[in-house]
Formats: sequence, C-alpha cells, structure tokens
Amino acid sequence: MNLWALITIALPAAGGALTFAGGRDRRHAQFWSVAPVGAALFTALVVQSEHGAGGQSVSVFELAAAGKYTIYLGTRVTGLSALVAILVTIVALAVQVYSLTYMEHDRRYASYAALISIFTAAMLLVVYSDDLIVLLVGWEIMGACSYFLIGHYWDRQDARSAAIKAFLVTKTGDVPFLIGIAALGVQAGSFRVDQILGYVASGRLQYPELIALLLLCGAVGKSAQFPLHSWLPDAMAGPTPISALIHAATMVAAGVYLVALLYPVFVAAPGVLILMSVIAAITMVGSALAALAQTDVKRVLAYSTVSQLAYMFGALASGGRTAAVFHLLTHGAFKALLFLGAGVVIHRLGTNEISEMGGLRYRMPITFWTMTIGLGALAGFPLTSGFFSKEGILGAAWDAQGEFSAPGWIVLVADLATVAVTAAYAGRLWLKMFFGPFPPASPDDSLVEAPQTELVPLLVLAVPAAVLGFVTLAPGVFGSWIGGEYGEPLSSTVAQDLRPAGYTTVIALVVAVLGFLAVWLRWRADPEADPADILGPLRVPALNGFYFDRLQNQLVVRPVRAAARAVGFADTEVVDAYVRGSGVATRSLGGLLRRLQTGNVQFYLTALFSVMIVIAAVFAREVS
Amino acid sequence: MDAILILLLALPAAGIIGLYLAPRELAGRIGAGVGALTFLASLVLLPLFDYKHPGVMQGQLNVSWVPDFDLRFHVGIDGLSLPLLLLTTLLSALCLLYDAKKTARDGSGRAYTALLLLLEIGMIGTFVSLDLLLFFIFFEIVLFPMYGLISRWGAESPAGARQRAATKFILYTLLGSAVMLLGFLLIHAKTGTFDMTVLDARHGAGMTSSVQAAAFLLVGLGFAVKTPMWPLHTWLPDAHTSAPTSGSVLLAGVLLKMGTYGFIRIGIGMVPLGAHRFALALGAFGVVGIVYGALACLAQIRQGGDFKRLVAYSSIGHMGFVLLGIATLTSVGIDGAVFASVAHGLITGLLFFLAGGFKERLGTTDLFTLGRGLYERARRYGVLLVFAAVASLGLPGLAGFWGEAYAMIGAVDPASGLSSLGFHILLVGAGLGMVLTAAYLLSVVRRVCMGVPGDAVPDLHYPPMTDLTPRELVTWTPLAGLTLAAGLWPALVLALAHPAVQHLLQGAR
Repeated sequence: MNLWALITIALPAAGGALTFAGGRDRRHAQFWSVAPVGAALFTALVVQSEHGAGGQSVSVFELAAAGKYTIYLGTRVTGLSALVAILVTIVALAVQVYSLTYMEHDRRYASYAALISIFTAAMLLVVYSDDLIVLLVGWEIMGACSYFLIGHYWDRQDARSAAIKAFLVTKTGDVPFLIGIAALGVQAGSFRVDQILGYVASGRLQYPELIALLLLCGAVGKSAQFPLHSWLPDAMAGPTPISALIHAATMVAAGVYLVALLYPVFVAAPGVLILMSVIAAITMVGSALAALAQTDVKRVLAYSTVSQLAYMFGALASGGRTAAVFHLLTHGAFKALLFLGAGVVIHRLGTNEISEMGGLRYRMPITFWTMTIGLGALAGFPLTSGFFSKEGILGAAWDAQGEFSAPGWIVLVADLATVAVTAAYAGRLWLKMFFGPFPPASPDDSLVEAPQTELVPLLVLAVPAAVLGFVTLAPGVFGSWIGGEYGEPLSSTVAQDLRPAGYTTVIALVVAVLGFLAVWLRWRADPEADPADILGPLRVPALNGFYFDRLQNQLVVRPVRAAARAVGFADTEVVDAYVRGSGVATRSLGGLLRRLQTGNVQFYLTALFSVMIVIAAVFAREVS
Repeated sequence: MDAILILLLALPAAGIIGLYLAPRELAGRIGAGVGALTFLASLVLLPLFDYKHPGVMQGQLNVSWVPDFDLRFHVGIDGLSLPLLLLTTLLSALCLLYDAKKTARDGSGRAYTALLLLLEIGMIGTFVSLDLLLFFIFFEIVLFPMYGLISRWGAESPAGARQRAATKFILYTLLGSAVMLLGFLLIHAKTGTFDMTVLDARHGAGMTSSVQAAAFLLVGLGFAVKTPMWPLHTWLPDAHTSAPTSGSVLLAGVLLKMGTYGFIRIGIGMVPLGAHRFALALGAFGVVGIVYGALACLAQIRQGGDFKRLVAYSSIGHMGFVLLGIATLTSVGIDGAVFASVAHGLITGLLFFLAGGFKERLGTTDLFTLGRGLYERARRYGVLLVFAAVASLGLPGLAGFWGEAYAMIGAVDPASGLSSLGFHILLVGAGLGMVLTAAYLLSVVRRVCMGVPGDAVPDLHYPPMTDLTPRELVTWTPLAGLTLAAGLWPALVLALAHPAVQHLLQGAR
C-alpha cells in the first residue's frame, strides 16, 4: 500500500517531466498530461481500498543523514491522507481534461500542462510524506508551480505582479514554518510525522505555543488567511482551471491539511487555538463581505475560497478536526466545480464581469444546473454536501468544551454571520449570471454550451458536490475513516459525529434564508442593479478588499524598498569608502596606490609575496 | 590515490608548458583538453575513495620539500575536500571548454588559457594541502591569475574600472592572507608543526584558550575576506562586475569556498576553542551579510542596475548562510555549510555563465537594457535563467535548499555553550533574508523573462536574442543537471561530507 502511494506521487511527476520533454508538441503534451494523472487517481483509489478505515501505515527509505538527523523519503498512509489524495487526483484529472479544449489555442499549453502535473505530484508528496522536511519540499514546489501558473500570461502586467506577490506572501509564512519544523524535529530527534506525534503523545514537547505559532504561520500563508490572504484574489490573473485546481481545491487546502496532520501540537497550545479562531473569524467574515461586493466572478469565488478555508480553520480551532477535513473534501469538490463552470461562462462570453452576464439559464443548461448544485453547496442549501459539512463545523463549535470552549464561541458567532453573507453572495452570483435579461453587450446566440471535455468534468464534480454529504448520516463513520489525530484507528462509536442536529441547524438555516432573501428582494426590485448595494457604505471598502493592499504597501513594500536604496547607497558610499578612504588618507598607502596605477604591480606583488615567505621562514626556524 | 592527486596538479602544469610549445592557435583546444583530462582524472578518485572511512585522510603523500621552512609537500583528501575538489575540476573544465572557441580567435589566448590553468592548480592545491604552509602557498597562487584575468580581460566600462577592481581585489585579499599567515605562524609557534593532520588530531590541544582565540581571529580574518564576510566584502561586487565570464564563475564557484573550507578545516578543526569564542559573532556577521546582500541586490533592480553585480551581491547572502551553519558548531550546521558551498558553486556558476551569455550577445548586463520577454525571444535561455533563479532562492527539491535548511536547523539548537537565544535571533534575520532573496530573484525574472518587448514604450524594440548555442548547452546544462540531482538526492554530497565533519568535530555532536 505504501508502495502504491509512492507510485501515486511518481506518476504525475514523471508525466510532468515527459510533457516538458516533448517541447511544444501539442498531442504529446495532451496525452502525457492526462494519462499519468488518470493512473494516479487509480492508484490513489487502490491505496484507499487497501488501507480501509483507521490506523496508519508507514514505510520509509533513508534519503540523507546530516548531523544527528536523518531525512527519510517515505509515505505515511492514514485515512486522512488517503482521502485527501483522492480529492487531489480527481480534481487534477478533471482540470487536465478540461484544459484539453479550454487551453486549446494557447501556445504555452505544454508547459502549462506539465506544471499542473508537477504540481499534482508535489501536492501528493505533501499529503503522503512521512517526513516533514520532504513535506516542505512538496509544499514549496507547489508554491513555485502556483507562481509559474499565475504568471502564465506573463505578458500581462497584472499576472506578473500577482505571481510575484503570491510567491512572496506565502514565502513569508513558509520561513517561520521551516523554523517551526526545525524546532519540532530538533526536540523529537526526527522529522518523521509518526515519531513526532509519538513524542507529542509522550507529553515531553517543550514550548508547544511557540512551535504551534510558527507552524500556523505556514498554514495561514498557504491557505490565504488574514493577514497573509491578499495574494489569493490577485492570483485569479492565472488561467481559470488553475484557479480551480490550485487556488480553490488543493494547494490552499494544504494549510488546513497540515494543521489536521499535526493536530496534537496545536491542541497542546491553547493560546494558539484562540489566535487561530480569531484569525478564522476575521478572515471568514471579512472575505465573505468582500466576495459580496466583487464585480469579477473569479474574484467573488476567490474571496469565497478564503472565507470557506476560514471555516475549516475555525473548526480546527474549536476541536472539530473531523468536521474541518470533511469540509475540505466537500469544498474541494464544489469549489473546483464552481471555478470550472465560471471558466466556461467566461470563455463563452469573453468577460469576467458579472454585470455583463445574465440569462444564461437557457443558453447553457448543463453549466447552469451544475453550477446551481455548486452554489447550493456553497450556500449550505439543505441536503447538498456543503450543508452537511457546514453543519459539522457549526456542531463542533457548539459542542466545544475545555480548551476549545473560548475558540468555539468566537468561531460560532463568526460562522453564523458568514452563513448569512455566503447565502447572499451565492444568491447574487446565481441570479446575476443565470437569470434576468441578457445584457446588451451579450454576444450572438450562436454561442452556446461548452465542448464535452469541459462539461464532463463539471458533471463528474457535481456528483460529490451533491451527494457526498450523505456519508455523515451514518454516525461516526467518516470520523473512523480519517482516523485519530495520532494516526490511531478510531471506532465509529467514539469518532466525532457530523450529523446535523440541534439548534445550530435551525439557526443556520434561518440566517441563510435571511441572507438570500435580502439579495433576492433587491434583485426583484431591480434586476438591472447590482444586489451588492445592500452592503451600503461598506460596499466600496469591501470591493477594495478593505484597502488591505494599500496598508501592506505602506507597512512592508515601501520600507523594504527604502532599505534597499539605503543599502545600495551605503555599500558604495560608506562601507567601500572606508576602504578607499584609508588608501588615500594614509600617505604610504597612497603612494603605494599611485605606484600600482603606474603599472608596477608585478613588482609590488612579487615583493610582498617574497617578504611574507621570508617572514614565514624566519618564524618557522625560530620556533622549531 | 596519491598518484592521482599529483596528477591533478601536474596535468594543468603540463598544459601550461604545452601551451607555449604548441602553435598559438591551438591554445583554446589545449586548454579544453587539459581541463577535461583533469576532470576525468578527478573522477577516478571516486571509485578509489574508501567510502567506509570518509572521515580519514586518504591518499596521503608526505615528503619534505623545504626543510629550512619546515615546508612539507603533504597532500591528501577526505570527505570534506573531495566534493569541493570535484567542484573545482568540473567548473574549471567547463570554463576552459566554454572559452575554447573564443581564445582560438583571440591573439592573447595563450596567456589567458595559461592563467586559467594556473588558477586551477592553485584551487586544487588548496583543497588537497595538508600542510599549513603549503596550503598558504596554494591559497596565494590563486590570486595572481585572477588578478591578471580581471585587469587584462575584464570589462572596460567605465574606463579604468577593471584595473581598479583588480587592484582592490588583490590588495584586499593579500592583506587578508598576510594576517592569515600570521595566524599560521602563531599556531606553529605554539605547537611546533604545520602538519594539518597532526593539528587536526590534537584538536587544539597544546594551545591555551586565548592563543586559540588569537589564532582563530587572525586566520579567520583571512578567510573572512575570501568568503567574503560582511563588511569585508566590498572587493567582491567590483571584481565580479569586471571579471570575464570564466573568471566570475571560478571566483564565485571555487575561490569563495576556499574561505569557508578554511573556516571549517582550520578554524574549527584546529583551534576549536577560538572558534567557539567567536562563533556567535561569526554567525551574526553572516546573517547581516544575508540581509544586507539581499537588500543590495534589490537595489540593483532599477534603471542602470547590473545583473552581474546583482549575482555578486547574492553571493554575499549565500555565503552568509554558510557562515551561519559553520557558526553553530554543530555537525548538522557544518554539513549544511559544506552542502551550501557546493550548491552555491553550481548555481552561481550557472548564473554567471548566463550573465556572460548576455554580455556576449547584447554587450551589456544592464537589467533594463537587456530587454523583456526572454521567454519569447529566447525560450530555452529564459527557462534556464528562471531555473537558476529559483534554485538560487533556495527552492526545495533543488540544490540551494538543503544547505540553508540544515544551517537553520543547526541554529535552532547550536552547540553547547553557545547562546541559544543569540542564535534564535540570528534565525529570524536569516529567515527575513530568505524572503528578500526570493524577492530580488523573482524581480529579475519579472524584469527579464516576462513582459512583452515594448511593454512600456510602444515603439521600443529590444535587440534580437539568439537562443542557447550548442557550446552553451554543453557547458551549462551539467550545472543545471547537478543542481537538480543534488536537490533531489542530497546524500550525493552529504554521504561524503558528513563523516568528515563528524571527525572534525571529534564526535562533539
């Protein structure tokens, strides 16, 4: 089984290398980008079926020894990693197939497809790796692939800026993350997840607060949480399928995955749990409001992703590890679906602006129905997958006890507020895209539904988005699938139960209906207007991401630029000046320099060298 | 094995003689041939090396040379010197091959090739010497050809720049070496021997703590200039900006490593108490160098900023990580330092080659006149440039990562007796430097590789740019391939270096 996991990682990696090797040969690239990822989906399913429920299975090879630490290349299969790997490969395959026609006329298709394959391999490395240093390798290769793919349209100014911003902001989180991993490994004497978790279980972990904080920085950067969230909306400058794969379903979920993977470390640090809940609360409400105000459909979905990821962090902070992982899976499915659907619409209409869309219900029936499922899941419409996973999160916050009770309350309040706003922006998107009049600028009627390669992925992803939630109806089954936080098997009787029950379901339904109603009434009154104006005076700040970029520019970018200028100046005018100055000031050295410049260098050097040798000789003889 | 070591020194020497016996036109080919032969000879060391005992000096040859000076011709290799030795022969061979065509046309090709070969002798000798005085001689031999390369074949803009750069280079490093020699003499005065294996085995025994401190300070100053350590670095940007391509590649790829090699072999191995006393300061200077170098690089991203100068400043940052790793005095940190040294040789060598390619094609390395959209104008060139850039910023999976990661792991838990708090503060600085490093390298990529030609000004046309030539492919791709190989399989270097480092630290950690 561990061998199958290794193969699952290797397949897309080899596929990526082969795709690159083919140059710009389109048919070569098409085959080698799709087939290996498809095979990887198959092997990921084999891993899951062999692993079954609960427990962990570890198999490693030594990669390198340095100092007293050894780095291992190897896999650790748990229910958690097996399920996330399936999500990754399904979405990756869907995106590769979708790209066959979506990127058909793109000259750089081959490198694009190769990078997706390499990204997939890197994400699988993160998911399966037993060694945290190797996990970090995958973690940062994902970041690099994301950088290249955001910058795919590198002749566009916004894509260039977005790419570099994405890399630097996530790197800002990755550096503390590296230090946190190092601190963890130094204490445990190993970087292997199974051994680190064993060490934490023994209760000997020192400074858990500091370590958890450092690790959280990495997760916050990767999962685009406040205050490292600003890269994700800009990342929409990349091709839409990339947004579906990397910036919605998989890479951004890696931060959540990591916290779930090293959950005992975080549980040992109650202060960090409170911090995590505050970060999640700020992020989920703020970005949901921003999503409601955006006019670009991709930016709506991007802010929505940030907000949904914050749900998961909130669940983790309030003790709902199982609920967070379940939402990771359902969100991966329905958000990838939404992005791919939005891509179809954008491609057909040639615009990203919501105001230029409308009435697409009849022109694009398949896109309409699949996106309706996706938006329903996003808004938590009853019986969709998103409904169940959101209920799990709310339930976890409601039931939070002990060290989780304070984060639980913070998260619960923020969750409920976000549920209302989410229903509002999902409703707005739905009404503005698919209902109402055709906009005047609408292209001619001959443009209808997308080709099959783009529709099949939509249909495939719509299935889990619609029905995945029903697994929670069997009590504790999902919790026993992903296993315990230490990798131990968990019976379904003790695992967290995700069934919707109690007050939270009712309250959430009521606020969601209220949120949708606010938008719907506004839309009924004037279908031409943008329902986002229910935000009132908040609308303009929300549209601009609450001016966070401006703040970031003032506090970080400008001081760094100024420091760089200062160093650039200082190095030539100050540090080097003492070197030159000492030469000029000292008479003898000044004379020396003059002689050097007249060309007597050889003489001088020979003399200096001989003198040194002679001194050496004299010294040596004296002392020996 | 000792015969091979002698051969490694004799082949380039024979090559120099051959250059002047053969017709002038053959200079380039002879150089390339000798370089390749020397590299092949060094590869023979690989099967001969005893991998069970990489910590032990192997292939030793120890004969008295000048008894009056207590100078012995004592050479040998262990797991620490072998990777650096192979790096030297590889880079030399690639440089000689790269220049073969150019020097054939150039009337002064003979002298140029002879200087490169002399440089190779000095570099190889430094890494195989086991006698402090012999080490010093080889260490000094290197300076003269480098001086010649910069002052005669360097870039002449602005006027007089290369001469000034060459003078600064030689004065700086000679003064550093003079201090270093005093340190060697101090060691000799207290222990009565220049023999590095003996001194290594004693591990500082026979020298009081204060003597060791003085010796480390003297020796360390010499190495610090060479490495270079902030604030003794100002010779480096000028030397690199002026030096011809091969000079830059060897200067960054090998010469700087002579400094770090000296720190590890002589500083830590022979005067450990002195190293211990100054460790935190060494680490602090290293970290200042990381941040300072990165900021200086960022300052080059402007109108008139120079790509070669930027790569030179980036070396200061990377060597800062090496110094940090050494300063932790842990075996993981020093392993990282060795790895980072080799990785920096490969990656920065590649970057300087790429800069040289720009110079050759467009006559400039000015970041803002190189033009944009390299991905379109010269696709393979652009891909190689971005590869080198992400390798240089320490992307995991490529060679640049492991050295930095290990240095930081070492700094989390430095050797006993060192201030943990101090090193944790350094860690923050190093982390900041990592982000800034990514910032300037990606800014270069954005400026040069991305963007359409004529982005800002509609009728601006950038000069046409030919893609990689076969000559460049042959000489540059080995560096890229090794960067990838060492990144995916770090044991390539660590399996050799680790036991030797362990031995050097006497199993301290």
